[in-house]
Amino acid sequence: MKAKVIKKTKWHRKHSYMAIIKTDELVFDYIRRDEEGNPEGITRAVDHVDLEVNPGEFVAILGHNGSGKSTLAKHINAILYPTEGTVLVDGKDTADENNIWEIRQKAGMVFQNPDNQIIGQVVEEDVGFGPENMGIPTKEIWERVEESLKAVGMYEFRKHSPNKLSGGQKQRVSIAGVLAMHPKCIILDEPTAMLDPNGRKEVVRAVRALNDVEGVTILLITHYMEEVIHADRVIVMDHGRVVMQGTPREIFSKVDELKALRLDVPQVTLLAHELKQRGLDLPDGILTIEELTGALRKYMPI
Amino acid sequence: MLRDMTLGQYYQSDSIIHRLDPRVKICGTMLFIVSLFLFDKFTGYVVAALLLFTAIRISTVPLKYIVKGMKAIVFLLLITILFNLFLTPGEELISFWRITITKEGVRTSAFMGLRLTFLILGSSLMTFTTTPNNLTDGLEKLLNPLKKVHVPVHEVAMMMSIALRFIPILLEETDRIMKAQIARGADFESGNIIHKAKAMVPLLVPLFIAAFRRANDLAMAMEARCYRGGEGRTKMKPLQYRKRDGIAYAIMVIYVAAIIAVGFIPILP
Repeated sequence: MKAKVIKKTKWHRKHSYMAIIKTDELVFDYIRRDEEGNPEGITRAVDHVDLEVNPGEFVAILGHNGSGKSTLAKHINAILYPTEGTVLVDGKDTADENNIWEIRQKAGMVFQNPDNQIIGQVVEEDVGFGPENMGIPTKEIWERVEESLKAVGMYEFRKHSPNKLSGGQKQRVSIAGVLAMHPKCIILDEPTAMLDPNGRKEVVRAVRALNDVEGVTILLITHYMEEVIHADRVIVMDHGRVVMQGTPREIFSKVDELKALRLDVPQVTLLAHELKQRGLDLPDGILTIEELTGALRKYMPI
Repeated sequence: MLRDMTLGQYYQSDSIIHRLDPRVKICGTMLFIVSLFLFDKFTGYVVAALLLFTAIRISTVPLKYIVKGMKAIVFLLLITILFNLFLTPGEELISFWRITITKEGVRTSAFMGLRLTFLILGSSLMTFTTTPNNLTDGLEKLLNPLKKVHVPVHEVAMMMSIALRFIPILLEETDRIMKAQIARGADFESGNIIHKAKAMVPLLVPLFIAAFRRANDLAMAMEARCYRGGEGRTKMKPLQYRKRDGIAYAIMVIYVAAIIAVGFIPILP
């Protein structure tokens, strides 16, 4: 696989290479209906969002419940179509019926509930489901299944029943299932929301490995802050709008703004922020325990 | 409590019968069942028993496992035997009170009993040696010609395999809802049958809602992975006839020939 193309990019609009995902003034309205099905009103779930994701990037979208982040994700997989504006995936418009299957292959999607997205009764059969649908020849399906299961570290479980796996393992199987379709980009819609802390770590580690080693573009949607500190870029959404954008360090240095958006800041960052407010001289946006202990060292007597 | 329930009674082993193509097993079982009704001679049952018990022996499934499955039909078996025994007119054998047992009655009831027993043994051998998944695959392939008359064969097979996948998940969910209701004072144990049935309502409603939500999620996940029906789909594990499947078919042909031959030889009982 090719090496990672870019690291730490800014989201400049005038880039020379083509973005994998590009939304332009995207608007999506949910029509609320009363019990008889008459329209009652309109909820704007996504409100004029401009988003650009470049090949090889790891982008995280943060937001509170109802911030429109999942709705946005469903647009990229052509499950929902824009009310206004356009969504381009690898240069293809999602609103065009003819592009749907190509888009769904290029931008694979992993959902929240691991039980509701595994179709096969054996791990390897589930991973083969996507390639089967695409009409890949049998021999190649087996190669893809093997390679994808190895990439997420689930190869030794290939003969197991998904029902017997832990949540984190199931979610890794789901990721392998998407990976076997050879997508250019994977969208993960709160993949860790239903998992325990260990399962969360497992999944995030697998996702990072895919991005670092295989160079797969990642769009991770989550509301767990710890998961976004390794992203190249973080986008914060609220009420359907993009309200903040930047590297994790830039985002987490704005502790007060994040709190106003009802988002939690990682505990280390919060501690550093509060120490700073009490007069300690610390840099902004501390993300890990090591960084904090390093910065505090100068206050130690010896 | 519900988790221990198993459906689709597959017996894990690695015998040659297990490895046979599911189509062979389905066709073979069908043929065997039909053959049981083709003759009315005891010698025929000897031939059928020979085939059946050799197959069971080769399959390495313990006989007591298969016989356990017979429990479910013991009642039906008894009724069939008794009705045939007492209600067949013919040459009188024993007679007391109002009941007469005829020679013909004994013969027919023995035949019916044997037929039913062999039928159940034969078909349970198939389910014991074939995974549910293989079975749906085999059925899909066998029924493929029906596609020409617009029978949605692929869709039905897909539904069956999804149903099989979700049985344990829904059982677990039922268990969870049940415990949640018990924790809040629901009573599923006491009372008569009507009481118990009524107590199930608060269990079924959330279960149905959850099942629909799951179905919705699953449909979305399947579409996201490019599922669009059977058209243009390839198989990861395509069914392929091997040498052993040919041999199995040959054995079936020999068996049918033997059964017919038995019918034509007049001296056999």
